[in-house]
Amino acid sequence: MIEIRSVTQIFGERTVLSDVSVSLDERRIAIVGSNGSGKSTFARLLNGLLLPSRGEVLVDGMSTAKDSKAVRRRVGFVFQNPDNQIVFPLVEEDLAFGLKNLKLPAEEVRARVEAALVQYGLAELRTHPAHLLSGGQKQMLALASVLVMAPEIIVFDEPTTALDHRNKRMIADFIRGLKQRAIVVSHDLDLLRDFDRVLAFEAGRIVLDGAPETVLPRYLEMMG
Amino acid sequence: MSVGVYVHADSVVHRLSPGIKLAALFGFSTLIVLVRDVVALAVALGLVLMLFPLARLPLSLAWRQWRPILVVMAILAAVQLFYSDWVGAVSVVLRLSALVLLAALVSLTTKASDMIEAISRAVRPLAYLGISPTRIGLVISLALRFIPLIAEQLEEVKEAQRARGLERNVLALTIPLMVRVLKMATEIGDAIEARSFDPDDARRLSDLWRRRSEQPSERNDH
Repeated sequence: MIEIRSVTQIFGERTVLSDVSVSLDERRIAIVGSNGSGKSTFARLLNGLLLPSRGEVLVDGMSTAKDSKAVRRRVGFVFQNPDNQIVFPLVEEDLAFGLKNLKLPAEEVRARVEAALVQYGLAELRTHPAHLLSGGQKQMLALASVLVMAPEIIVFDEPTTALDHRNKRMIADFIRGLKQRAIVVSHDLDLLRDFDRVLAFEAGRIVLDGAPETVLPRYLEMMG
Repeated sequence: MSVGVYVHADSVVHRLSPGIKLAALFGFSTLIVLVRDVVALAVALGLVLMLFPLARLPLSLAWRQWRPILVVMAILAAVQLFYSDWVGAVSVVLRLSALVLLAALVSLTTKASDMIEAISRAVRPLAYLGISPTRIGLVISLALRFIPLIAEQLEEVKEAQRARGLERNVLALTIPLMVRVLKMATEIGDAIEARSFDPDDARRLSDLWRRRSEQPSERNDH
């Protein structure tokens, strides 16, 4: 479970999140909100990429401030732009990056990379330069490079924003099929309709919280 | 295909250990800087070119590695011709070509991760001074990964500015590019952190070193 306790996030003079408290335990959680509402900041707090200015974030009882390494093993993060998430020049090297950071034995790194290449349809692209992949392939590599580290929860920051219709559908199906728990920040409401819970942010606060069938119509109304 | 990016092939050059390739590059570079004889330099360049087919890489790829430095070489050759003679001009072209092509051959036949491991191993003693070999490796990897990406970004900015008739305006090209690159750098930093990269490796090693060197004096105190 992720617990957010009285979290306030301030950047310079600007308060981006104001005294947010919420517990997250459902299998599929969506986060919606207008630009600048604080939803991406909220997402970055969940695996310790950001530490709260006030309050605390606990993942299965571990503080993101004190146990950042253990928290990051549990909570993976998929960024909006895969180009900025792929660190190594070749597909197989990028898949291995996170595993090497976990200090796994070389044999296990190799085995997990092999399995991921096959599982995510990247086997034929293993020695392909990452910058020459298509948009969908890049997004798949970005997803695979997080999933190969076997996190229990995955946070997605607007995973379908830059994708065409076909790739959007592919990513939506992918998220639906995940065994792990997923927290998805998105403007794409179609992607979120069958989720278990939706949180809507406005001006740094959670203004709506509940099942999609109740929250999404009210959110659309709110957005005018 | 971008300059210097690994090209997969099953060849003896690909299979060579990255450490040996880097050592050979270092040795060859030193030697070629010392050689003054034009014929020897021409032979050296010929040998480097012969390594391309040996690595199962087409010579057209060698040309693509060589092309970006044509202007620099022309300038250097012109300077040599002006201050020295034609032998100096030819020597500088042969020397630089051999160096660039051999360096390119090493990166074309060595995966970044293998090269980084070899370099990280070589600079490992620096960890005792608090310099992280892991960070050095990551910097090299990021350079290899993001040079083509920044080139792509530059093309996008150029296209956008061309639409506004500003393609020759240096500021109109550099400022948006800088903004994009800085924004990208922030997100890349987050992405590296999110994937459990441990930048404290060096600090831990230097701490260990300090503790080890402090231990005898602590014992003497008792």
